[in-house]
Amino acid sequence: MTSDATPARGVPLIDGIDKVTGRARYTADLEHRGALVGRIFRSPVSHGEILRLDVTRARSLEGVIAVVTGADCRHAYGVLPVAMNEFPLARDKVRYRGEPVAAVAAVDAATAERALRSIAFEVRELPAYYDADSARAQGAVRLHDDKPGNLERAVHHVFGDPAAGFAAADLVREASCECAEVNHAQMEPHAALAEYEPLTDRLTMQSVSQVPYYLHLMLARCLEMGESQIRVIKPFVGGGFGARVEVLNFEIVTALLARAARGRVLMELSREENFLTHRARPQTTVRLKLGLARDGRITACECEAVQRGGAYAGYGIVTILYAGALLQGLYDIPAVKYDGYRVYANLPPCGAMRGHGSVNTRHTFEVLLDRMARELGLDPFAVRRRNLLRAPTRTLNELMINSYGLGECLDRVERASAWHERRGRMPPGKGLGMACSHYVSGAAKPIHWTGEPHAVVNLKLDWDGSITALTGAPDIGQGSSTMVAIVIAETLGLPLERIRVIAADSAITPKDNGAYSSRITFMVGNAAIDAARQLKERLIEAAARKMGLQPREIECAAGVFQSLAVPQAAMTFPDVAKEALVDQGTLTVKGTFTCPPESQGGKHKGGAVGSTMGFSYAAQVVEVSVDAATGQITVDKVWVALDCGYAINPLAVQGQIQGAVWMGMGQALCEETRYLDGLPAHASLLEYRVPTIAESPPIEVQIVESIDPLGPLGAKEASEGALAGFAPALVAAVANAVGVDMDALPVTPDRLIEALVQLRRRARRRSLGAKP
Amino acid sequence: MAEHEQAILAKRLVRLRLNGSWREEAVAENQLLVDFLRETAGLTGTKTGCDGGECGACTVLVDGEALPACVTLAIRCDGRSVETIEGLAKGGRLHRLQRAFHEKLGSQCGFCTPGMIMAAEGLLRRTPHPGDAEIRTALSGNLCRCTGYVKIIESVRAAADAGE
Repeated sequence: MTSDATPARGVPLIDGIDKVTGRARYTADLEHRGALVGRIFRSPVSHGEILRLDVTRARSLEGVIAVVTGADCRHAYGVLPVAMNEFPLARDKVRYRGEPVAAVAAVDAATAERALRSIAFEVRELPAYYDADSARAQGAVRLHDDKPGNLERAVHHVFGDPAAGFAAADLVREASCECAEVNHAQMEPHAALAEYEPLTDRLTMQSVSQVPYYLHLMLARCLEMGESQIRVIKPFVGGGFGARVEVLNFEIVTALLARAARGRVLMELSREENFLTHRARPQTTVRLKLGLARDGRITACECEAVQRGGAYAGYGIVTILYAGALLQGLYDIPAVKYDGYRVYANLPPCGAMRGHGSVNTRHTFEVLLDRMARELGLDPFAVRRRNLLRAPTRTLNELMINSYGLGECLDRVERASAWHERRGRMPPGKGLGMACSHYVSGAAKPIHWTGEPHAVVNLKLDWDGSITALTGAPDIGQGSSTMVAIVIAETLGLPLERIRVIAADSAITPKDNGAYSSRITFMVGNAAIDAARQLKERLIEAAARKMGLQPREIECAAGVFQSLAVPQAAMTFPDVAKEALVDQGTLTVKGTFTCPPESQGGKHKGGAVGSTMGFSYAAQVVEVSVDAATGQITVDKVWVALDCGYAINPLAVQGQIQGAVWMGMGQALCEETRYLDGLPAHASLLEYRVPTIAESPPIEVQIVESIDPLGPLGAKEASEGALAGFAPALVAAVANAVGVDMDALPVTPDRLIEALVQLRRRARRRSLGAKP
Repeated sequence: MAEHEQAILAKRLVRLRLNGSWREEAVAENQLLVDFLRETAGLTGTKTGCDGGECGACTVLVDGEALPACVTLAIRCDGRSVETIEGLAKGGRLHRLQRAFHEKLGSQCGFCTPGMIMAAEGLLRRTPHPGDAEIRTALSGNLCRCTGYVKIIESVRAAADAGE
């Protein structure tokens, strides 16, 4: 018997029991007996014209059922309709080592691998570029014919009067930060299970996608199939962080194989392959200039960002636009100039990663602000407080801000870390640093304009008294299905157990754009509330009918529909549900959400990127111990406060904030993807060092609730905003501990030792009276 | 390996105790325990997250000791007891570690969770009341990309406090 009490705040994930018992089926766990094994043949060179690709031997091997090549798909795919320049299997040219060239489906893995070894592949090698400078150099061979200078996109934005701002400043300084390419390293390797049914010409695709709708679109495009012939299902997904936020080549390749084999194909990529074709945060060089008045007021900001984007467009244009747009929205800045360059190189295409586009420019901004505050003798907290925005407002680049809890975030972490009591009074080698960050709650303009609402949620109420929410929103571990269940339960005044969520199966659930730019809570949450309100109206009407009252005379709480005038006149939810179904049968309602036009950014080119319904805000303090002999940095503790509007599920919000801070720590301390002649030098989880539990600090979370007027129950995003603040806070803490200013990420022991040696050398010269 | 080199690998009869029940299977000599569990026994709770010995997602207990099943040969488990995540919940009740990971959000995407829980179970059997340092050491071979480990430590601590 379900008891219909009001839900408590802070609940475990509704699919958590499946996860802790091992019952949760991820893509590779799906029933696949009899499925063929897919394997991909990859380019051994970084750049070349394909002279010969001969798969005849592979095709003739016993046990090989299908072989596909670039000839099997003539359509490019990608993210933005204007920038689709990647083929699932290379045609004419290869542009990075590891790029898929051909693929086989065979009865077992050994046969598939033997088939790969029998493929003959000849290329005429072309000059390859592994850094942005050489790719942009005069005379460099173009990766793409239509992109001179190997420039995917240059962005030039000026808001306000930067020259006047710098002229009015008391202090103008510049910083330049090299931020290494980093990888999502989600725990579940990529996998897809595709089934093609030749008699009905139908394709069912199950994959690790964060964007099943876009996968659906690209499958239809690349396979030249009707959209209605395709079904895309997202099973349990083992993390994303942006790794699967665009359609991936292996997904389309698996579908091509299944159709060619007229059957079922399971493709599981190795961890090495995950690194070979990753879509990570690009290596970025940021040069940033700030003007500050003596009191800490920012007078102007000028920034140049160069991103090494890899071989294909992917999300590139969006990333380089985000990097500039999100210079704003955190502080009140009267003038901003931004020049962004997204450059092609012969490396795996970069993509979106948690904090998409904002992280490296935010890092440089915060690092410079901290140094300038020091020079002016201002406290890092004070200089931030001097530049707070006041909501509601719009930034110079037309970003809409309706709620703003940064001030409170600052207060909270300042207090919790005992900043003023401890900073400057710590033992040698110990230090405290702080920084702020923010992130969007969903992109207010969708990538593909269709005229549809931004989110749709369907609710079904049936005779058994259960409510089923149907949403296309893919839960990838962030807890979005739980969020949907909670807002529906809260709106209806019913316990969580009454709500079942079915997510991300295109045959059942309404279309959803997917898990990116932290859009789900804001958009899908609002659509779910809209649906729940409509259902509640129907239920109240039914209760009123039965009790002989007007709907406005009834209130519903804790699963009881009660007369406002006569408290004894009441009906329980199951009775009301039965009444509501009389003459109607199963009830279905649909809720929608559309971002209003005023949230959709400025009219300038690229103005849609960065536009959102609301920003999350974060402040954090990092405490470090630095071993000056080894260069080893230990993060002792992090205090973080994040304004997520309203915490729909405080437990999940805490978990997301801790995860974001920690991922920022990986980028700050040890994560780095380097290449040797275009081949990833760190293509395993041992070589690509993500922090282990042994070196991960306690992260104390404070949740600030600014209650956004448009957010679902007042909520905004909580998963990304805290990431970008970690690295600059760490760099500030290291400066506080040992007096060196680090300019490159990650701050490895090597780099820190080098900086300490330089520092000592300079000190020695000074003591000898020599000129620097 | 070229075609002619591909040796026909012999199979060996292996008798092991899997989650409490003895079973006998003909197992290829080179079959990894993780593949035996996932493909032969159908126990997909044990995950493959890497190319061998990198991430800990496949951690199981062999004679009570936490081992990565992706670098353990199935034939080495002959006569031994193998426990996986599927064997933990008994009598329709969650094991204390499962309950703690669920309630404290020690699991987000859940992919590392079975391995993490098995590694923690190995620890709690040896050390029923571990300190944080012991928890960190015992789980240092298990990567998680979601939680920052904070709630994982809380979960293990809560399970230890809950007792058997």
